[in-house]
This record gives sequence, C-alpha cells and structure tokens, in this order.
Amino acid sequence: MKNKKIDKQLIKNIAIIVVVYAVVAGLLYGGFLTRQFRSLLVPVCINVILAVSLNLTTGFLGELTLGHAGFMSVGAYTGALITMNLNLPLVVEFPIALIAGGLMASLFGVIIGVPVLRLHGDYLAIVTLAFGEIIKSLINAMSVTNGAMGLSGIELHANYKHFTFVFILTILTIFAIKNMVNSRQGRAVCSIRDNYIAAEAVGIPVSKFKVMAFVVAAFFAGIAGVIYGHNVGTLKPTTFDYNKSIEILVIVVLGGMGSIKGSIIAAVILTILPEVLRGADEFRMLLYAIVLIAMMIFNSSQLKERILANDIVAKFTKVKKEA
Amino acid sequence: MKKMKKIVALGLAATLTVASITGCGNKSGADANTFVIGGIGPLTGDAASYGISVKQGAEIAVKEINDAGGVKVGDKSIKLELKFEDDQAAPDKAVTAYNSLMDNGMNALLGCVTTGSCLSVVDLAKEDGILMITPSGSAADITKNDNVFRLCFTDPLQGETMAAHMITDLGYKKVAVIYKNSDEYSTGVYEAFAAKVEELGGTITTAEAFADGEDFNTQLTSIKGTDAEAIFAPIYYTDAAHIVTQAADLSITLPFFGSDGWDGILDTVTDKSTAEGATFLSPFFSGDPTAADFVAKYQEEYDATPDQFAADGYDVVYVFKAALEKAASTDSEALISSMTQISVDGLTGTGISFTAAGEPQKGAKFLTIKDGAYAAAE
Repeated sequence: MKNKKIDKQLIKNIAIIVVVYAVVAGLLYGGFLTRQFRSLLVPVCINVILAVSLNLTTGFLGELTLGHAGFMSVGAYTGALITMNLNLPLVVEFPIALIAGGLMASLFGVIIGVPVLRLHGDYLAIVTLAFGEIIKSLINAMSVTNGAMGLSGIELHANYKHFTFVFILTILTIFAIKNMVNSRQGRAVCSIRDNYIAAEAVGIPVSKFKVMAFVVAAFFAGIAGVIYGHNVGTLKPTTFDYNKSIEILVIVVLGGMGSIKGSIIAAVILTILPEVLRGADEFRMLLYAIVLIAMMIFNSSQLKERILANDIVAKFTKVKKEA
Repeated sequence: MKKMKKIVALGLAATLTVASITGCGNKSGADANTFVIGGIGPLTGDAASYGISVKQGAEIAVKEINDAGGVKVGDKSIKLELKFEDDQAAPDKAVTAYNSLMDNGMNALLGCVTTGSCLSVVDLAKEDGILMITPSGSAADITKNDNVFRLCFTDPLQGETMAAHMITDLGYKKVAVIYKNSDEYSTGVYEAFAAKVEELGGTITTAEAFADGEDFNTQLTSIKGTDAEAIFAPIYYTDAAHIVTQAADLSITLPFFGSDGWDGILDTVTDKSTAEGATFLSPFFSGDPTAADFVAKYQEEYDATPDQFAADGYDVVYVFKAALEKAASTDSEALISSMTQISVDGLTGTGISFTAAGEPQKGAKFLTIKDGAYAAAE
C-alpha cells in the first residue's frame, strides 16, 4: 500500500516537472520569449538552488545563517578559474567545474561548520555573517582571483542556450535536498531543530548532523555559484556581500521555513518581480518593497489559510503540494 | 463538468501568463524616424547617484537635439529617444536590463555606467552588432570588442596622467599613496601610477591600502613617518573627505593629489579649508564658462549642479549624433565605422575623437581647490 502511494506521488512530481520544462522550453526554443524573460531563466534556476539549499540549514536545521553568498562565491570563483584555465570542450570542463566548485564550497562548509558547533541562534548568525565577509576579503586580496577587479571573460557555459542543462541541475538539487530531508539523516537534522536536548538524549550525534547540513547546503550553493559565473561571464567580490545572503534569506522566509515547494515558488516570484516592474521607472524598487511587505503579510494571514482551505483551491494545491 | 470548467480556467490563466511574458516582444522598430538610445546604469542602490546623473545629462542632450529638429541622417531628420534601465550596478541585473532594452527596440547603447555591468554586456552587444559607448566604465577590458567605445579615461591612463603631472610638471620626487584595495577603480589607478612614477624616476615612499572604513589614522601616521613630498589618493570623494580631515588633525601639510573620484568632495567635507590646495583630475568643471548653458538647463530641470557623470552622459548623446550624421545612416555597422572619423566638441573636452581601439582622445583637465571652491588648475 505504502509503496503504491509513493509511486503515485513520484509520477505526479515527474509529470509536473515535464510539463514545466515542456512549456518553458517550448517558449524558449520556439522563440516566443522576450529577451528580457529569456535572460531571467537561468537566474531563476540559480535562486531556486540557493533558496532550497539555504532552506536546509535555515528551515530544517533551524539555524539562521547569513553567509550563503560566501559559499556561492567560493564555488563561482573555483568554477570560473577551472573553465578559464582548462580550455577543454564544454562537456568535459563544465561538469568538472561544477563538481570542483561544489566540493570547494563544501570544504569551506566544513571549515565554518566545525568551529561553530557550539553556537546557536543569534551567535551562529553573526559568525556566519563574519565568515561571508572573510571570504569576500580573501578573494579581494588574492591575485589568482584578480582582486577587486574580478574575473571577466568567463565562457558562457550556463546561459539561456544551455537552459536544459541548468534546469536538470536545478531538479537534481531539489530532489537531492528533498530526499535528504525525508531520509534518516534529514529526520535527525529536523529533530535537532525541534528539540536539541531530546535529540542528543536519544543518541543522535548532533555535531555530525549539524556539520552535514552545513556541508550539503554549501555544496549546492557552490554549484549555484558556478552556474552564476558561467551565466553572467564576470565575477566581482562585491557581488557576494551580505546583501546577497540576505536576498537569499528573504526568499526562504517568504517561501516558508522548511518548505521546499515554498522556496521554489518564492524564488521564481522574487526573481521575476523586479523585472516585471521595470515599467514603473523610478518607483520600481519602492513598488518591489511594498509588494514584498504585502506578500509577507499575506503569507502569514488568515486569508491565505482560508483560500487554501477552499474546496477548489485545495484540489489544486494538493497536486502541487507534492512538487 | 466541474473538472472541465477547472481545466478551461487553468488553460485561460496559462494563456494570460504566456501572453504577458511574450506579448511585449514586437514593439521594436516602431518608427523608422526615431533612433532609440538605450541606457543602463544604477538608478537605485549604493551607486545610484552616478546612474541618475548620466541619465539626466543624457536627457538634456536628447531634448536639446530634438528641440532643434532632430538629427540629420542623410536627407531626412530623425528624432532621438532615450530609454534608461536600472541595473543597481550589478552585472547580472545589467544583462536583463540589456535584454529588456533590446525587446524595446534599442538601436545603440549608452552604457553601462559602472565597470562590472559593462563587462557583462559587452559580448551581448557584440553579438547584436550594435554601437555601444560607455560614459564612465573605465576598466581596460571593456573596449576589447570593436563595437565598444568609451568617453572617459581608463583607470591606468588616469594614473599615468597624474604621475606625469606630479613628477614631470611639478617636480615631486617622493610620493606617498593611499588607496582602496577592495575597489577596482582605486587599485587600477594606483598600479598604473606606481609603474609610471618608477619610469619617470620618482619613488613611492609608501603605498598604504585600506579596504573600508572611516578611520585612516594608521595609514596617515605611517605616511607622516616617511619623507614624502606629496600624497596621491586615487579614491572616491567620501573617503577623500575623511582623509583630508584626519590629515589636518595629524597636522600633515603635504599637498594632496587625487583621481576623478574626488569630484564632489566639497559637498562632503566638514571643513573646506582641510581640502584646500588639493588637485585632482576631472573631465568636467561646472564653473567652466563653456558649460554655463548646460549647467543652467540642468539646474532648471533637476534643481542640482551637474557633476562629471552628467557631463559624460550629455557628451555621449552628442557623440551618437555626430556618428549618425557622419554615417548618414542608422545602420549599426556604418555607425561603428564612422566612430573613428568624428570629432566632437563636448563638455568633457574639445575635439574629442576616438581610436579604433575604442579609446577617447582628449586633453586631461586638472581641478584644484582654491578658497573653498573648485577652480581650473593652470
């Protein structure tokens, strides 16, 4: 019985992915998308990966981290340096860059994860914030990263022309995180969030799982960084300051802590929104902020609950929920 | 039936969404008699003042040209239109801004204002083959493609110009430097300056770097301990204001020299006498009699005194005009090849011409602070 239910869910999920891909790819390759939206496809995917991976530490582990952009920059620079120096065909060098970027970022995940094991809550948040700034300063001071001038002329291996590949990576990330959360390890991570002392008391190696959550989140942030570098073609240390970390955090908070589907939806909305508002000229960022406030209020309002409880909507959300 | 209804509703919603993201695709080339200049720069965020200045300067130029009947291209006259998009000085936002402008029928690009944004769109502009002129992007790599030109000096050129001015013209032998190593502009100017000073036989007594912050006592004290005759500070005016104030507190009397980032220091510094005697490069001086007309118009329109970025934006529009007239066509290829044949008298220099490599050829202007006001240095 149970297996059957899971299969049904899986089929639904795959169906949704196929439909989303078919619609977007059809629009893209059919030439129906405007150039503005075409250039948004990859940033949407990047933000989905970032938000879903940050959700692992912030939502499921329950620790506020403000250094996600730091991991992203480690991945971005590692990946960019690899493709700039290797000069192999795309199919060889880009996967190497992705994996190396992810691994390098997770190495930094270990470096930050181990010393802050004893910290919780606000203290941990401040340490991760500082850590992000340290990475930024290091990149600024190193000659291999070209210091403040940054790298430019990175091959565009991940721009809209390679959307299919980026889309697959995004889906893989979502599945990896989702499966991890549902696994034994994920349950352990959630138990640390829910009751630290109880988790420790039942014999869960709290430190191990904490570090693991950090490392996995850092790995995927690194991958997002590699895609970012190969989409834009230039990298500057200032791009990855704490504002970027907070931008990602906003997505996670809006989507709901510990909700992967929420993170995905919020990432899509928050990436597209400022671009849709371009018509508003100088009121653009003001409108963006107002819409953000409105969405946050709506998200925690009774109105939303009531809409979700409504018969017709409930049927749709039930399908979507499993995504 | 209920299911059917739902499917229809979903279908309609999907169509609407699709229509909204694809609908605005065919606005381009609306009118053969308008030439759309797209602009990209930061209108919000930390660097907003630069983008806003460029935009306003360019708007004034466009208005002037259109009021005078437009640009004569061949045997007909066409109007200019400026569409300016915000990029928050972020490279990835610049890419979407660029694409959004292409959706709206951009014929040539005025931008980007900041270097990082420029670098991220130069290859796109190359692919589309349109003429791109940056008013203020100063990194050397920006003009690597043959369709890209720049109006301002590159960072290295600023450093070299200042080194030649200080060592050769003014006869200083020993110079101390204070620069911001987390900033590409500051680092770029400093490196070229240091190389040129060595070449001209001068010495850098000490090069003090800072990353961020408002306290420069450490750096200034260490400079005071050397036998430097002058201080070169290739930084922005906000930092420069702190530095001159703290230097005065430490009773450092050495003359200050700066790069074009110093423009605006008098509005920031608390005691204007501390900046007295400082000399810096600036492409534009609002007190210049030749700029009086522009300054008056700008003041009337925006209630502010134009800075060098506004002048840059203004001049780029006139460069477009000259290129259009020379090419006698709105064709991008013709425009690009006519760029090397034009000469424009602008606010940032007279007889500005461009090399095939995309660099401007114009004289350097020095400003000095005299009696608490900017003055042209002799």
